[in-house]
Order: sequence, then structure tokens, then C-alpha cells
Amino acid sequence: MHIHFLDPYHPHPSLIHSLDGRVKLILVIGFVLTTSLMPAGVWAGYLLLYALLISAEILSEERLRYYLSRALISIPFILAALPLPFTMKGSMIAQFQIGSLILTVSQEGLVRLISITLKSWISVQAAILLAVSTPFPDILSAMRAVGVPRLLVAVFGLMWRYLFVFADEALHLIQARASRSSKLEGYKEGRSVIWRANIAGGMAGNLFIRGFERADRVYMAMVSRGYDGEVRTLHLPAWKKINTLILVFGLLVYSLILLLGNLIFYFR
Amino acid sequence: MLASPVAMHIPDGFLSTTVALIFWIISVVVIGFALKRVSQELDERQVPLMGVLAAAIFAGQMLNFTVAGGTSGHLLGAAIATILLGPWPAILVLTSVVSIQALIFQDGGLLALGANLFNMAVVGVAVSYMVYRTIYRVSGGKNWGIFVGGFVAAWLSIEIAALSCALQLAISGTSPANISVPAMGGIHALIGIGEGLITVGVLAFIYSTRRDLLAQGEMPATQGKLVWVVGLLIAIGLAILSPLASAYPDGLEWVAEQHGFLEAARGPLYTIIPDYVFPGISNEALATIMAGILGALLVFFVALGVGYWRRNRKPA
Repeated sequence: MHIHFLDPYHPHPSLIHSLDGRVKLILVIGFVLTTSLMPAGVWAGYLLLYALLISAEILSEERLRYYLSRALISIPFILAALPLPFTMKGSMIAQFQIGSLILTVSQEGLVRLISITLKSWISVQAAILLAVSTPFPDILSAMRAVGVPRLLVAVFGLMWRYLFVFADEALHLIQARASRSSKLEGYKEGRSVIWRANIAGGMAGNLFIRGFERADRVYMAMVSRGYDGEVRTLHLPAWKKINTLILVFGLLVYSLILLLGNLIFYFR
Repeated sequence: MLASPVAMHIPDGFLSTTVALIFWIISVVVIGFALKRVSQELDERQVPLMGVLAAAIFAGQMLNFTVAGGTSGHLLGAAIATILLGPWPAILVLTSVVSIQALIFQDGGLLALGANLFNMAVVGVAVSYMVYRTIYRVSGGKNWGIFVGGFVAAWLSIEIAALSCALQLAISGTSPANISVPAMGGIHALIGIGEGLITVGVLAFIYSTRRDLLAQGEMPATQGKLVWVVGLLIAIGLAILSPLASAYPDGLEWVAEQHGFLEAARGPLYTIIPDYVFPGISNEALATIMAGILGALLVFFVALGVGYWRRNRKPA
């Protein structure tokens, strides 16, 4: 059993895939920042941002359904913003009565809730686009290029390299537990929650011990190949002129959309 | 799949830009400091150890156990990482876990990553360290100190991190403090018990198989004094601040309002351009329709282009 399917990267020779990782990382972060800066309730701005994003999604030649279904991940968090229409002051648009409780829905609150939901839904798709179209080593070198310290990038890289190994081991542990957890008719399944939590803890502990032991072996392997405490990395790939062009153009488009959104917001 | 049902990974869109950027700055400073400490004080063995253990913690989050009614709990790992590695490396390990969750698995936003790093890597580790170290010291190095310390460290680190998350949402004006603080605090008081129990399970297993690893967590006191103090300050600060914010939401609302006011204050910048110069824009409905048409055209042409390109590429 291997869980390489966990890696969201889908190799494909599309335009988006062939973009430089540094350009993609900066443009995606810029996009999320632009979305965040877009004032609440400027639907035209959200439309333009989403059109931009969906174009990139089409250019990545990945099924749009994939983006939409993966984007559901941020949905549960909307619970946190759900009270907004009832608590924000503003012009009343509806009123409910549940028992003795009177709930007033304000327009401002509702607009804010919808804006937060849309922003979150658009932003998460941009992040998915990055993960789908960029192999992790490229994201790592992009991080180095934007100034993330070498040591941290090295830890990220090592983590990524062993992530799937440990995920496989975790699946084996779960399988082993399942195969030893028989069910008998008429008997209660398993023991108390505390016991179950402790078993899960034991399994996690097992994983950590393997982690320590593997880290020792990794360290020795590194030393045997000349590791002296200094983290060395390959040179970043050469920066092409076209990258600058795409980057400047992208950031310009973001600024224009943002300017437009703000103009609409202040002149309504 | 790797996302927990009631996680505190804030997605993008839920924090105001200012709050998100402020927490980015705080987290970058703390993580930068942790990097400096780690490369100064610890031996070169730590680099592979941190990477491999971050992977183990990430995978360890897959090991769930059923609680009741279809819900399940799993390890989050701030406390156990702190106990096994010490505070500074633990901050880096948790930074890796939380960053990769955001970058690759979209568990938590990119702009919100600063706040998420603050809650889980900074608050989680500092509070865990403060509690564990204190209880272990009080126990005089006895066994119960490891287990009680581990349980309380796990519980309190989850709870304080959740309060921090609730307050970030409240300051952003996303969730009123008198709702978000009791809700987040309440749910995570329960989740924290699960975390505590699993952490004790981990510690019991390691205690019976590799006791030497637990002795490693007992670092010289000077190394972590700063973390201890910071952990104490964060724990006390948030424990006092959040009930206050919850009881008097007006205070935070005031902050949120001022904050909204500040954002609105950017207005005059644009009023230099008089209304009538942008006749289409002052009519918002029209502007929205225009944006819709423009967007649809863009998408249409891109789709057309890709289709065309694909067709031409196939025979080649």
C-alpha cells in the first residue's frame, strides 16, 4: 500500500505547469493578497478575480471539478463567520423569532458573510492551482528565491521526502490495529475512549521512535556523503526575461482589479 | 483526508489583511530567532531529525480513534514535539508541518499562514514548554511529572491556541468575540482532552521503550528560559483577555470598528478623482455586469485557446 496519491501534483505539459515555480509562487501569493484586500461586497471585483483564476485553471488543463471539489476544504470554517448577519449593526432586511429570541438579519452582516465565503473559496483555489501544477522541489527552490532561510527550506525538504514513507507506515499501523480489533456479537466494541486514545497514542509513539531511528540513519548517510553541518543546495535555475514579463504583467493586472474594486467601493 | 474536522487552521478570507500581515511579521521574527538559536546551539544531527520528525508528526495525525457519534480525534503534536525535541527545534518542526499543510494540502490559507503559525508553532510550543517544564520540575524528576506534565501541556496548548485563533477572528471582525471565544474555547477544551490522552499514550510508549529520549527533553534551564517566560505570558494574557473580550465584546468590536475605520480612511486617496470621470463605475450594477461579461469573455477565449492548442498538439 502506497499513498503517493496524497501528493496533489499532477504532471502534465500545460502552460501553467511549465511556468517557473518562483513566478507561480509570487503570483499566487499576490492573488491571495489581492483577494484579501478587495473590499466587502464589490461583486464586480470578485467576478474579475475569479475569471482570472478560472482562466488559469483552464490553462492548467486539469478538470475544473477537481478544483471545485478540493475547494470544499475551507467550507466548515464558515461556521465561524455564520453569526455575522445577526450580530453586525446595519439596515435590517429580515427578522426571525425563535421562542423568545428575536434574530435580526442586517444587510451589512449578510454582505460581509457572503464576501468572506467568496474570498475564502477563491483564495483556496489559487493555492490548489499552485499545488497541482508545481512539483514540491520547485516550490522549495521558489521559497529559497524569495528569501526563506536555507535551514528551514532544508527541513521542509526532508519532511517532504519522508512524509510518504511515514504516511505508509501510519497506514500499516492502522491496518494492524483494525485486523486485531475483532467484533463479537453481543459484546461492546472496544473499550473506553480513554483506552482508545491511549492506543492511538502508543501507535503515534511507535511512529516517533521509528522517526528517531530513521533520523539517525539519515544523518549517518548524510555524513557518509560529506555532510558537515552546512546545508548546501543546488543553484537556482536561471531567471529568464519572460519570467519578469509575466510577473510584472500579473501584478499589474492585480493592481488594476484592486483599483477598480476600490473605486466601485468608494463611489457607490 | 489529513484535515481534522474541527481544526483551527484558518483559511484565507477569514482574517482582515492587516491582522494577517501583523501575525506574519510576528511569526517570521519568532521563527527567525528559533532558526538562529537552533543553528547556534544544537549539533548538526538536528537538521535530519527535525525534518524526519516533522514527517512523523504529520503522518501521526492520520492515526485517529473514534470518540462518539462518528467523530474521531487525532494528535496535533505541539506538546509532544516540544517534549521530545525542546522548544526551539519544536518551533521549526511545527512550522514545517503547518506550512506544508497550507502549501500542499490547503489546510489553512497562505495569507492566514502567519496567524496559523503563530497559534500552532509559537503559542502551542511556548505554552507546552512552560507547562511541561514547570510540572516536571515540581515533580522533582519523578515519573508522574512526565505524564501529568504531558497531559496538561497538551491540553493547555490546544486551549490557548484556540483562544488566540478566536481572538484573531474577532479582531478581524469575522466572528464576534462573545460567540467565537466560548465556541472555540469550548470545543477545544474537549479536543484538548483527546490531545492530552494521546500525548500520554505517546509518552507511555516512549517511556517503556526508549526512556533515553525523554531525558533528552530535559534541556539545560538556560536554553529555554525565554520560551518559558513567553509561554507564561501568552497563557496568562490570553486566559485573561479572552473571557474579558467575551464578556465585553464592545472592546474588541471597538478595535474592529477602528480597524474598519482605518480601511475606510483610505477613501480620500481616491476622491481626488471626481465622481463623473468614471460614469460606469459609479453605477455599481452596471460595473458588475461589465465585469461579468469581461470575465466570461476572458474565460471563453482561454478555453478556446486551450482547446485549439490541444487539437493541434495531438497529431504531432
